[in-house]
Amino acid sequence: MRPFTYERAADLPGAKRLGHDTGQGQTESPVQFLAGGTTLVDLMKLDVLRPERVVDIGPLRSAHAAIDARPDGLRLGALASMSKVADHPDVGRDYPAIAQSLSLAASAQIRNMASLGGNVLQRTRCPYFRDPSWAACNKRNPGSGCTAIEGVNHNHAVLGVDQSCISQYPGDLAVVLAAFDAEVEVSGPAGDRRLPFVSLHRPAESKPHMETTLRGGEVIIAFNVPAGPWTRRSLYLKIRDRASYEFALASAAVGIALDGDTVRDARIGVGGVAYRPWRSREAEAVLIGKPLTEANAEAAAEAAFASAVTHGGNDFKPELGRRTLVRALLQARTMSVGTGEG
Amino acid sequence: MDQFTKPQGPSRRGLMGAVAGLAASSAVSAAAQASPAAEQFSGRPDIHLDVNGMDRALNIDVRTSLLDALREHLDLTGSKKGCDHGQCGACTVLVDGERVLGCLTLAMAAQGRRITTIEGLAGGDGALDPMQQAFIDKDAFQCGYCTPGQILSAVACVAEGHAKTDADIQEYMSGNLCRCGAYPNIVAAIKQARDQMGRG
Repeated sequence: MRPFTYERAADLPGAKRLGHDTGQGQTESPVQFLAGGTTLVDLMKLDVLRPERVVDIGPLRSAHAAIDARPDGLRLGALASMSKVADHPDVGRDYPAIAQSLSLAASAQIRNMASLGGNVLQRTRCPYFRDPSWAACNKRNPGSGCTAIEGVNHNHAVLGVDQSCISQYPGDLAVVLAAFDAEVEVSGPAGDRRLPFVSLHRPAESKPHMETTLRGGEVIIAFNVPAGPWTRRSLYLKIRDRASYEFALASAAVGIALDGDTVRDARIGVGGVAYRPWRSREAEAVLIGKPLTEANAEAAAEAAFASAVTHGGNDFKPELGRRTLVRALLQARTMSVGTGEG
Repeated sequence: MDQFTKPQGPSRRGLMGAVAGLAASSAVSAAAQASPAAEQFSGRPDIHLDVNGMDRALNIDVRTSLLDALREHLDLTGSKKGCDHGQCGACTVLVDGERVLGCLTLAMAAQGRRITTIEGLAGGDGALDPMQQAFIDKDAFQCGYCTPGQILSAVACVAEGHAKTDADIQEYMSGNLCRCGAYPNIVAAIKQARDQMGRG
Protein backbone atom coordinates (compact mmCIF):
# COMPACT_ATOMS: atom_id res chain seq x y z
CA MET A 1 0.00 0.00 0.00
CA ARG A 2 1.24 3.46 -0.86
CA PRO A 3 1.91 6.01 1.87
CA PHE A 4 -0.92 8.37 2.73
CA THR A 5 -1.86 10.88 5.37
CA TYR A 6 -4.59 9.73 7.74
CA GLU A 7 -6.92 12.50 8.83
CA ARG A 8 -9.79 12.20 11.23
CA ALA A 9 -12.81 14.45 10.72
CA ALA A 10 -14.32 15.26 14.10
CA ASP A 11 -17.65 16.30 12.64
CA LEU A 12 -19.51 17.09 9.41
CA PRO A 13 -17.95 20.54 8.82
CA GLY A 14 -14.54 18.96 9.27
CA ALA A 15 -15.34 16.20 6.79
CA LYS A 16 -16.51 18.66 4.15
CA ARG A 17 -13.42 20.82 4.58
CA LEU A 18 -10.95 17.95 4.52
CA GLY A 19 -12.73 16.16 1.70
CA HIS A 20 -12.81 18.88 -0.92
CA ASP A 21 -10.85 16.75 -3.43
CA THR A 22 -12.82 13.54 -3.10
CA GLY A 23 -13.98 13.77 -6.72
CA GLN A 24 -16.84 11.82 -8.27
CA GLY A 25 -15.77 8.26 -7.72
CA GLN A 26 -12.65 8.37 -9.90
CA THR A 27 -9.92 6.00 -8.81
CA GLU A 28 -7.35 8.78 -9.15
CA SER A 29 -9.07 11.08 -6.63
CA PRO A 30 -6.33 12.20 -4.24
CA VAL A 31 -8.65 12.16 -1.24
CA GLN A 32 -10.92 9.33 -0.13
CA PHE A 33 -13.42 9.22 2.70
CA LEU A 34 -13.03 6.27 5.08
CA ALA A 35 -16.07 4.93 6.92
CA GLY A 36 -16.15 1.16 7.42
CA GLY A 37 -13.17 0.69 5.13
CA THR A 38 -14.38 -2.58 3.66
CA THR A 39 -14.05 -1.31 0.09
CA LEU A 40 -11.42 1.39 0.50
CA VAL A 41 -8.80 -0.54 2.47
CA ASP A 42 -9.24 -3.57 0.21
CA LEU A 43 -8.71 -1.52 -2.95
CA MET A 44 -5.76 0.35 -1.44
CA LYS A 45 -4.06 -2.97 -0.71
CA LEU A 46 -4.68 -3.94 -4.33
CA ASP A 47 -3.17 -0.63 -5.49
CA VAL A 48 -6.39 0.23 -7.32
CA LEU A 49 -7.08 3.24 -5.10
CA ARG A 50 -4.03 5.35 -4.29
CA PRO A 51 -5.21 8.28 -2.16
CA GLU A 52 -2.71 10.78 -0.83
CA ARG A 53 -5.07 11.55 2.03
CA VAL A 54 -7.64 9.35 3.75
CA VAL A 55 -10.29 11.25 5.71
CA ASP A 56 -11.84 9.08 8.42
CA ILE A 57 -15.47 10.09 8.87
CA GLY A 58 -16.08 7.43 11.55
CA PRO A 59 -16.71 10.12 14.21
CA LEU A 60 -19.79 11.20 12.24
CA ARG A 61 -21.48 8.00 13.45
CA SER A 62 -22.56 9.73 16.64
CA ALA A 63 -24.72 12.25 14.73
CA HIS A 64 -25.60 10.54 11.44
CA ALA A 65 -26.49 6.93 12.15
CA ALA A 66 -30.11 7.21 13.28
CA ILE A 67 -32.83 4.93 11.93
CA ASP A 68 -36.11 6.82 11.92
CA ALA A 69 -39.31 5.12 10.75
CA ARG A 70 -42.09 7.68 10.38
CA PRO A 71 -45.60 7.26 8.94
CA ASP A 72 -44.60 8.96 5.69
CA GLY A 73 -41.30 7.19 5.24
CA LEU A 74 -38.01 5.87 6.49
CA ARG A 75 -34.93 7.96 7.10
CA LEU A 76 -31.67 6.07 7.36
CA GLY A 77 -28.56 7.88 8.58
CA ALA A 78 -25.77 7.18 6.13
CA LEU A 79 -23.30 6.22 8.87
CA ALA A 80 -25.63 3.53 10.22
CA SER A 81 -24.09 0.10 9.85
CA MET A 82 -25.66 -2.42 7.50
CA SER A 83 -26.23 -4.80 10.42
CA LYS A 84 -28.08 -2.25 12.56
CA VAL A 85 -30.50 -1.43 9.75
CA ALA A 86 -30.93 -5.09 8.76
CA ASP A 87 -31.93 -6.02 12.32
CA HIS A 88 -34.14 -2.98 13.02
CA PRO A 89 -37.68 -4.22 13.75
CA ASP A 90 -39.46 -1.32 11.99
CA VAL A 91 -37.39 -1.82 8.84
CA GLY A 92 -38.04 -5.55 8.83
CA ARG A 93 -41.79 -5.11 9.26
CA ASP A 94 -42.50 -2.13 7.03
CA TYR A 95 -39.68 -2.34 4.46
CA PRO A 96 -38.80 -6.03 4.27
CA ALA A 97 -37.01 -5.60 0.94
CA ILE A 98 -34.55 -3.22 2.59
CA ALA A 99 -33.89 -5.51 5.56
CA GLN A 100 -33.44 -8.52 3.26
CA SER A 101 -31.13 -6.74 0.85
CA LEU A 102 -28.86 -5.93 3.78
CA SER A 103 -28.96 -9.25 5.63
CA LEU A 104 -28.28 -11.16 2.39
CA ALA A 105 -25.24 -9.00 1.63
CA ALA A 106 -21.63 -9.69 2.58
CA SER A 107 -20.89 -11.33 5.93
CA ALA A 108 -21.84 -10.51 9.51
CA GLN A 109 -18.41 -8.96 10.10
CA ILE A 110 -18.58 -6.76 7.01
CA ARG A 111 -22.16 -5.72 7.79
CA ASN A 112 -20.99 -4.55 11.22
CA MET A 113 -18.23 -2.45 9.65
CA ALA A 114 -19.81 -1.06 6.51
CA SER A 115 -21.91 2.10 6.58
CA LEU A 116 -24.94 2.50 4.35
CA GLY A 117 -23.26 5.38 2.53
CA GLY A 118 -20.18 3.33 1.83
CA ASN A 119 -22.27 0.33 0.88
CA VAL A 120 -24.15 2.11 -1.90
CA LEU A 121 -20.82 3.49 -3.18
CA GLN A 122 -19.00 0.16 -3.16
CA ARG A 123 -16.94 -0.48 -6.28
CA THR A 124 -17.46 -3.11 -8.89
CA ARG A 125 -16.01 -6.59 -8.41
CA CYS A 126 -14.87 -6.76 -12.03
CA PRO A 127 -11.56 -8.69 -11.80
CA TYR A 128 -9.96 -6.46 -14.41
CA PHE A 129 -10.81 -3.38 -12.38
CA ARG A 130 -9.48 -4.96 -9.18
CA ASP A 131 -6.16 -6.08 -10.67
CA PRO A 132 -3.94 -3.23 -11.95
CA SER A 133 -1.73 -5.70 -13.82
CA TRP A 134 -4.45 -5.54 -16.50
CA ALA A 135 -3.60 -2.38 -18.40
CA ALA A 136 -6.96 -1.98 -20.10
CA CYS A 137 -9.73 -0.83 -17.79
CA ASN A 138 -11.62 2.34 -18.60
CA LYS A 139 -12.89 2.59 -15.06
CA ARG A 140 -9.34 2.58 -13.67
CA ASN A 141 -7.43 4.11 -16.57
CA PRO A 142 -9.69 6.32 -18.69
CA GLY A 143 -9.31 5.58 -22.38
CA SER A 144 -7.38 2.33 -21.92
CA GLY A 145 -10.14 0.00 -23.11
CA CYS A 146 -12.15 -2.81 -21.51
CA THR A 147 -10.56 -6.21 -20.99
CA ALA A 148 -13.81 -7.80 -19.79
CA ILE A 149 -15.67 -7.45 -23.10
CA GLU A 150 -13.42 -10.12 -24.64
CA GLY A 151 -12.41 -11.65 -21.32
CA VAL A 152 -13.94 -13.67 -18.52
CA ASN A 153 -17.30 -11.99 -18.05
CA HIS A 154 -19.37 -14.57 -16.19
CA ASN A 155 -20.65 -12.03 -13.67
CA HIS A 156 -20.66 -8.86 -15.74
CA ALA A 157 -23.59 -6.61 -16.46
CA VAL A 158 -26.09 -6.96 -19.29
CA LEU A 159 -28.13 -3.79 -18.66
CA GLY A 160 -26.79 -0.25 -18.97
CA VAL A 161 -23.49 -1.34 -20.49
CA ASP A 162 -21.69 0.20 -23.44
CA GLN A 163 -18.44 -0.45 -25.27
CA SER A 164 -16.49 1.40 -22.57
CA CYS A 165 -17.44 -0.82 -19.62
CA ILE A 166 -19.55 -3.87 -18.84
CA SER A 167 -18.78 -4.02 -15.12
CA GLN A 168 -21.57 -4.89 -12.75
CA TYR A 169 -22.75 -2.78 -9.84
CA PRO A 170 -22.42 -5.38 -7.05
CA GLY A 171 -24.55 -3.97 -4.23
CA ASP A 172 -27.96 -5.08 -3.01
CA LEU A 173 -29.40 -2.23 -0.92
CA ALA A 174 -28.96 0.23 -3.79
CA VAL A 175 -31.24 -1.85 -6.01
CA VAL A 176 -34.05 -1.43 -3.48
CA LEU A 177 -33.35 2.27 -2.98
CA ALA A 178 -33.40 2.84 -6.74
CA ALA A 179 -36.70 1.01 -7.13
CA PHE A 180 -38.40 2.59 -4.12
CA ASP A 181 -38.03 6.29 -5.07
CA ALA A 182 -35.42 6.93 -2.38
CA GLU A 183 -33.74 10.30 -2.05
CA VAL A 184 -30.19 10.97 -0.97
CA GLU A 185 -29.35 13.78 1.45
CA VAL A 186 -25.87 15.12 0.88
CA SER A 187 -23.95 17.90 2.56
CA GLY A 188 -20.98 19.60 0.96
CA PRO A 189 -18.86 22.74 0.87
CA ALA A 190 -21.49 24.48 -1.31
CA GLY A 191 -24.38 23.52 0.94
CA ASP A 192 -26.91 20.77 1.45
CA ARG A 193 -29.00 19.18 -1.29
CA ARG A 194 -31.24 16.21 -1.98
CA LEU A 195 -31.12 14.13 -5.11
CA PRO A 196 -33.08 11.13 -6.36
CA PHE A 197 -31.20 7.95 -5.57
CA VAL A 198 -31.36 6.89 -9.23
CA SER A 199 -29.24 9.91 -10.17
CA LEU A 200 -26.48 9.18 -7.62
CA HIS A 201 -24.72 6.69 -9.88
CA ARG A 202 -23.88 7.93 -13.37
CA PRO A 203 -24.52 5.90 -16.49
CA ALA A 204 -21.40 4.60 -18.22
CA GLU A 205 -21.69 6.92 -21.26
CA SER A 206 -18.09 6.24 -22.26
CA LYS A 207 -16.88 7.71 -18.98
CA PRO A 208 -17.00 4.78 -16.55
CA HIS A 209 -14.27 6.33 -14.40
CA MET A 210 -16.83 8.91 -13.30
CA GLU A 211 -19.02 6.83 -11.01
CA THR A 212 -21.16 9.28 -9.08
CA THR A 213 -22.74 12.71 -9.30
CA LEU A 214 -21.37 13.69 -5.90
CA ARG A 215 -19.30 16.86 -5.88
CA GLY A 216 -15.98 17.22 -4.14
CA GLY A 217 -16.32 17.21 -0.37
CA GLU A 218 -19.94 16.10 -0.41
CA VAL A 219 -20.82 13.57 2.26
CA ILE A 220 -23.91 11.39 2.07
CA ILE A 221 -25.87 12.14 5.23
CA ALA A 222 -29.01 10.05 4.91
CA PHE A 223 -31.36 8.12 2.65
CA ASN A 224 -35.09 8.82 2.64
CA VAL A 225 -37.47 6.12 1.48
CA PRO A 226 -41.10 7.21 1.12
CA ALA A 227 -43.68 4.83 2.54
CA GLY A 228 -46.16 3.48 0.04
CA PRO A 229 -48.68 0.67 -0.17
CA TRP A 230 -45.93 -1.32 -1.94
CA THR A 231 -43.30 -1.03 0.79
CA ARG A 232 -44.87 -3.60 3.14
CA ARG A 233 -45.54 -6.08 0.35
CA SER A 234 -41.92 -6.03 -0.72
CA LEU A 235 -39.02 -8.42 -0.84
CA TYR A 236 -35.50 -8.83 -2.15
CA LEU A 237 -34.62 -12.12 -3.85
CA LYS A 238 -30.95 -12.85 -4.43
CA ILE A 239 -29.57 -15.66 -6.59
CA ARG A 240 -25.90 -16.58 -6.09
CA ASP A 241 -23.23 -19.10 -7.04
CA ARG A 242 -23.14 -20.19 -3.37
CA ALA A 243 -25.76 -20.01 -0.66
CA SER A 244 -24.30 -17.19 1.42
CA TYR A 245 -21.58 -14.54 1.51
CA GLU A 246 -21.57 -14.02 -2.24
CA PHE A 247 -22.47 -11.32 -4.71
CA ALA A 248 -25.62 -11.68 -6.76
CA LEU A 249 -25.71 -13.36 -10.14
CA ALA A 250 -29.20 -11.95 -10.37
CA SER A 251 -31.53 -10.32 -7.89
CA ALA A 252 -34.88 -8.61 -7.81
CA ALA A 253 -36.34 -5.95 -5.53
CA VAL A 254 -40.10 -5.84 -5.80
CA GLY A 255 -42.82 -3.89 -4.03
CA ILE A 256 -46.44 -4.46 -5.00
CA ALA A 257 -49.69 -2.74 -4.08
CA LEU A 258 -52.58 -5.09 -4.76
CA ASP A 259 -56.25 -4.31 -5.21
CA GLY A 260 -57.71 -7.78 -4.95
CA ASP A 261 -55.61 -9.65 -7.48
CA THR A 262 -54.87 -6.57 -9.54
CA VAL A 263 -51.59 -4.71 -9.34
CA ARG A 264 -52.48 -1.16 -8.37
CA ASP A 265 -48.87 0.00 -8.19
CA ALA A 266 -45.44 -1.59 -8.44
CA ARG A 267 -41.79 -0.86 -7.79
CA ILE A 268 -39.28 -3.13 -9.50
CA GLY A 269 -35.49 -3.16 -9.43
CA VAL A 270 -33.04 -5.77 -10.71
CA GLY A 271 -29.53 -6.40 -9.40
CA GLY A 272 -26.49 -8.45 -10.27
CA VAL A 273 -27.17 -7.72 -13.91
CA ALA A 274 -26.73 -3.98 -14.41
CA TYR A 275 -24.01 -1.37 -14.67
CA ARG A 276 -25.59 0.71 -11.93
CA PRO A 277 -28.49 0.35 -9.46
CA TRP A 278 -31.33 -0.44 -11.83
CA ARG A 279 -35.02 0.36 -11.65
CA SER A 280 -37.18 -1.15 -14.37
CA ARG A 281 -40.03 1.21 -15.10
CA GLU A 282 -40.64 -0.91 -18.20
CA ALA A 283 -41.52 -3.91 -16.04
CA GLU A 284 -43.64 -1.77 -13.72
CA ALA A 285 -45.63 -0.40 -16.69
CA VAL A 286 -46.40 -3.89 -17.97
CA LEU A 287 -47.67 -5.02 -14.59
CA ILE A 288 -49.71 -2.07 -13.32
CA GLY A 289 -53.45 -2.50 -13.83
CA LYS A 290 -53.22 -6.22 -14.53
CA PRO A 291 -53.79 -9.29 -12.37
CA LEU A 292 -50.60 -10.62 -10.83
CA THR A 293 -50.53 -13.88 -12.74
CA GLU A 294 -47.51 -15.90 -13.76
CA ALA A 295 -48.06 -14.89 -17.39
CA ASN A 296 -48.15 -11.19 -16.53
CA ALA A 297 -45.09 -11.56 -14.30
CA GLU A 298 -43.28 -13.18 -17.23
CA ALA A 299 -44.31 -10.33 -19.51
CA ALA A 300 -42.96 -7.83 -16.99
CA ALA A 301 -39.69 -9.75 -16.76
CA GLU A 302 -39.45 -9.82 -20.53
CA ALA A 303 -39.76 -6.04 -20.57
CA ALA A 304 -37.12 -5.66 -17.84
CA PHE A 305 -34.50 -7.44 -19.93
CA ALA A 306 -35.56 -6.31 -23.41
CA SER A 307 -32.48 -4.13 -23.75
CA ALA A 308 -29.99 -6.70 -22.40
CA VAL A 309 -26.63 -7.02 -24.16
CA THR A 310 -24.48 -10.07 -23.40
CA HIS A 311 -20.82 -10.89 -24.03
CA GLY A 312 -20.46 -14.67 -23.95
CA GLY A 313 -19.75 -15.59 -20.35
CA ASN A 314 -22.84 -13.78 -19.17
CA ASP A 315 -25.20 -15.07 -21.86
CA PHE A 316 -27.15 -16.84 -19.12
CA LYS A 317 -27.97 -13.65 -17.27
CA PRO A 318 -31.08 -12.36 -19.04
CA GLU A 319 -32.85 -15.69 -18.57
CA LEU A 320 -31.71 -16.02 -14.95
CA GLY A 321 -32.70 -12.40 -14.34
CA ARG A 322 -36.16 -12.95 -15.81
CA ARG A 323 -36.77 -16.08 -13.76
CA THR A 324 -35.54 -14.33 -10.62
CA LEU A 325 -37.95 -11.45 -11.17
CA VAL A 326 -40.90 -13.75 -11.90
CA ARG A 327 -40.24 -15.73 -8.73
CA ALA A 328 -39.94 -12.53 -6.68
CA LEU A 329 -43.22 -11.17 -8.02
CA LEU A 330 -45.09 -14.41 -7.34
CA GLN A 331 -43.62 -14.59 -3.83
CA ALA A 332 -44.72 -11.01 -3.17
CA ARG A 333 -48.25 -11.96 -4.22
CA THR A 334 -48.46 -14.55 -1.45
CA MET A 335 -47.09 -12.29 1.31
CA SER A 336 -49.34 -11.61 4.25
CA VAL A 337 -49.07 -7.90 5.04
CA GLY A 338 -51.99 -7.34 7.39
CA THR A 339 -54.32 -4.40 7.06
CA GLY A 340 -53.73 -1.05 5.49
CA GLU A 341 -53.49 -2.16 1.90
CA GLY A 342 -56.33 -1.24 -0.43
CA MET B 1 7.40 -5.87 15.48
CA ASP B 2 7.68 -2.68 17.46
CA GLN B 3 11.32 -2.08 18.26
CA PHE B 4 10.56 0.74 20.65
CA THR B 5 8.07 -0.84 23.00
CA LYS B 6 8.34 -4.57 22.66
CA PRO B 7 10.82 -6.44 24.83
CA GLN B 8 13.18 -8.31 22.56
CA GLY B 9 12.82 -12.06 22.73
CA PRO B 10 14.78 -14.89 21.22
CA SER B 11 11.94 -16.08 18.99
CA ARG B 12 12.19 -16.36 15.23
CA ARG B 13 9.41 -13.81 14.94
CA GLY B 14 11.33 -11.38 17.12
CA LEU B 15 14.48 -11.59 15.03
CA MET B 16 12.63 -11.23 11.76
CA GLY B 17 10.62 -8.32 13.07
CA ALA B 18 13.65 -6.44 14.40
CA VAL B 19 15.29 -6.54 10.98
CA ALA B 20 12.14 -5.36 9.26
CA GLY B 21 11.68 -2.62 11.83
CA LEU B 22 15.19 -1.22 11.26
CA ALA B 23 14.64 -1.17 7.52
CA ALA B 24 11.35 0.64 7.91
CA SER B 25 12.64 3.27 10.32
CA SER B 26 15.39 4.33 7.92
CA ALA B 27 12.98 4.63 5.01
CA VAL B 28 10.07 6.44 6.58
CA SER B 29 9.95 9.67 8.48
CA ALA B 30 8.96 8.99 12.05
CA ALA B 31 7.36 12.37 12.55
CA ALA B 32 3.69 12.44 13.33
CA GLN B 33 2.19 15.59 11.93
CA ALA B 34 -0.62 16.36 14.30
CA SER B 35 -2.58 19.54 13.83
CA PRO B 36 -5.02 20.96 16.32
CA ALA B 37 -7.65 21.77 13.68
CA ALA B 38 -7.92 18.24 12.36
CA GLU B 39 -6.08 15.21 13.51
CA GLN B 40 -3.56 14.41 10.79
CA PHE B 41 -1.02 11.64 10.88
CA SER B 42 1.55 10.52 8.36
CA GLY B 43 4.67 8.40 8.54
CA ARG B 44 4.97 6.57 11.85
CA PRO B 45 2.92 8.08 14.66
CA ASP B 46 2.69 6.90 18.26
CA ILE B 47 -0.77 5.64 19.06
CA HIS B 48 -2.59 3.75 21.80
CA LEU B 49 -4.94 0.82 21.43
CA ASP B 50 -7.22 -0.70 24.08
CA VAL B 51 -6.61 -4.41 23.62
CA ASN B 52 -8.07 -7.03 25.93
CA GLY B 53 -8.59 -4.43 28.62
CA MET B 54 -5.04 -3.10 28.49
CA ASP B 55 -3.79 0.21 27.17
CA ARG B 56 -1.10 -0.64 24.62
CA ALA B 57 1.32 1.90 23.15
CA LEU B 58 2.49 1.39 19.58
CA ASN B 59 4.63 3.17 17.04
CA ILE B 60 3.23 2.16 13.67
CA ASP B 61 3.05 3.18 10.05
CA VAL B 62 -0.36 4.76 9.35
CA ARG B 63 -0.94 2.04 6.75
CA THR B 64 -0.93 -0.72 9.37
CA SER B 65 -4.08 -2.81 9.60
CA LEU B 66 -5.46 -3.66 13.00
CA LEU B 67 -4.56 -7.28 12.25
CA ASP B 68 -0.91 -6.44 11.58
CA ALA B 69 -0.80 -4.17 14.62
CA LEU B 70 -1.96 -7.05 16.80
CA ARG B 71 0.25 -9.71 15.22
CA GLU B 72 3.42 -7.84 14.34
CA HIS B 73 3.55 -5.14 16.99
CA LEU B 74 1.79 -6.58 20.02
CA ASP B 75 2.73 -10.25 19.53
CA LEU B 76 -0.93 -11.26 19.70
CA THR B 77 -0.64 -13.87 16.96
CA GLY B 78 -3.91 -15.63 17.74
CA SER B 79 -5.65 -13.48 15.14
CA LYS B 80 -4.75 -15.06 11.82
CA LYS B 81 -4.05 -13.65 8.39
CA GLY B 82 -5.75 -15.70 5.72
CA CYS B 83 -6.70 -13.73 2.62
CA ASP B 84 -5.96 -10.21 3.98
CA HIS B 85 -8.88 -8.94 1.83
CA GLY B 86 -11.98 -9.52 3.93
CA GLN B 87 -12.98 -12.77 2.33
CA CYS B 88 -12.10 -15.49 4.86
CA GLY B 89 -12.77 -14.24 8.40
CA ALA B 90 -9.59 -15.65 9.95
CA CYS B 91 -8.75 -12.18 11.30
CA THR B 92 -12.09 -11.68 13.08
CA VAL B 93 -11.81 -9.71 16.33
CA LEU B 94 -14.35 -7.90 18.47
CA VAL B 95 -14.40 -4.10 18.45
CA ASP B 96 -16.72 -2.58 21.05
CA GLY B 97 -18.21 -6.06 21.31
CA GLU B 98 -19.02 -6.40 17.60
CA ARG B 99 -17.24 -8.82 15.28
CA VAL B 100 -15.21 -7.09 12.59
CA LEU B 101 -12.36 -7.92 10.24
CA GLY B 102 -8.91 -6.90 11.50
CA CYS B 103 -7.46 -6.99 7.99
CA LEU B 104 -9.76 -4.26 6.63
CA THR B 105 -9.61 -2.07 9.74
CA LEU B 106 -6.89 0.54 9.91
CA ALA B 107 -5.24 0.50 13.33
CA MET B 108 -5.46 4.30 13.27
CA ALA B 109 -9.25 4.04 13.09
CA ALA B 110 -9.39 1.59 16.00
CA GLN B 111 -8.03 4.08 18.52
CA GLY B 112 -10.37 4.68 21.42
CA ARG B 113 -12.31 1.49 20.78
CA ARG B 114 -12.40 -1.67 22.87
CA ILE B 115 -10.62 -4.50 21.05
CA THR B 116 -10.96 -8.14 22.11
CA THR B 117 -8.81 -10.86 20.57
CA ILE B 118 -8.80 -14.60 21.17
CA GLU B 119 -6.08 -14.05 23.77
CA GLY B 120 -8.51 -11.94 25.80
CA LEU B 121 -11.49 -14.26 25.70
CA ALA B 122 -10.64 -16.58 28.60
CA GLY B 123 -11.33 -15.36 32.12
CA GLY B 124 -8.63 -13.90 34.32
CA ASP B 125 -8.39 -17.23 36.14
CA GLY B 126 -7.48 -18.96 32.89
CA ALA B 127 -10.84 -20.70 32.58
CA LEU B 128 -11.83 -21.06 28.96
CA ASP B 129 -14.78 -19.18 27.56
CA PRO B 130 -17.75 -21.52 27.04
CA MET B 131 -17.30 -21.16 23.28
CA GLN B 132 -13.65 -22.18 23.46
CA GLN B 133 -14.56 -25.22 25.58
CA ALA B 134 -17.38 -26.11 23.19
CA PHE B 135 -15.00 -26.10 20.20
CA ILE B 136 -12.81 -28.60 22.10
CA ASP B 137 -15.75 -30.72 23.26
CA LYS B 138 -17.26 -30.93 19.76
CA ASP B 139 -13.98 -31.38 17.87
CA ALA B 140 -14.80 -28.22 15.92
CA PHE B 141 -11.40 -27.73 14.32
CA GLN B 142 -8.79 -29.68 12.44
CA CYS B 143 -5.79 -27.59 11.40
CA GLY B 144 -6.93 -24.79 13.70
CA TYR B 145 -5.97 -21.86 11.51
CA CYS B 146 -9.48 -20.44 11.18
CA THR B 147 -10.41 -21.33 14.77
CA PRO B 148 -9.67 -18.05 16.61
CA GLY B 149 -11.77 -16.18 14.06
CA GLN B 150 -14.48 -18.82 14.19
CA ILE B 151 -14.66 -18.64 17.99
CA LEU B 152 -14.82 -14.84 18.19
CA SER B 153 -17.37 -14.75 15.38
CA ALA B 154 -19.39 -17.43 17.18
CA VAL B 155 -19.34 -15.53 20.48
CA ALA B 156 -20.74 -12.49 18.68
CA CYS B 157 -23.22 -14.59 16.69
CA VAL B 158 -24.74 -15.89 19.92
CA ALA B 159 -24.72 -12.44 21.54
CA GLU B 160 -26.51 -10.99 18.49
CA GLY B 161 -29.27 -13.56 18.79
CA HIS B 162 -28.42 -15.08 15.41
CA ALA B 163 -27.81 -18.62 16.67
CA LYS B 164 -31.38 -19.77 17.26
CA THR B 165 -31.44 -22.45 14.55
CA ASP B 166 -28.92 -24.45 12.55
CA ALA B 167 -29.89 -22.45 9.46
CA ASP B 168 -29.33 -19.17 11.31
CA ILE B 169 -25.91 -20.32 12.51
CA GLN B 170 -24.91 -21.38 9.01
CA GLU B 171 -26.05 -18.08 7.52
CA TYR B 172 -24.58 -15.81 10.17
CA MET B 173 -21.27 -17.69 10.35
CA SER B 174 -20.78 -17.65 6.57
CA GLY B 175 -18.08 -15.00 6.85
CA ASN B 176 -15.72 -17.53 8.45
CA LEU B 177 -14.32 -20.06 6.01
CA CYS B 178 -12.88 -23.43 7.10
CA ARG B 179 -10.80 -25.16 4.48
CA CYS B 180 -10.77 -28.37 6.54
CA GLY B 181 -14.55 -28.49 6.37
CA ALA B 182 -15.23 -28.70 10.10
CA TYR B 183 -18.52 -26.87 9.61
CA PRO B 184 -20.90 -29.49 11.09
CA ASN B 185 -18.86 -29.63 14.29
CA ILE B 186 -18.62 -25.85 14.44
CA VAL B 187 -22.42 -25.64 14.32
CA ALA B 188 -22.62 -28.25 17.09
CA ALA B 189 -20.12 -26.32 19.22
CA ILE B 190 -22.02 -23.07 18.81
CA LYS B 191 -25.28 -24.76 19.86
CA GLN B 192 -23.61 -26.16 22.99
CA ALA B 193 -22.15 -22.80 23.96
CA ARG B 194 -25.39 -20.99 23.10
CA ASP B 195 -27.32 -23.15 25.51
CA GLN B 196 -24.74 -22.59 28.24
CA MET B 197 -24.69 -18.85 27.61
CA GLY B 198 -28.47 -18.66 27.79
CA ARG B 199 -28.75 -16.71 24.57
CA GLY B 200 -30.21 -17.42 21.17
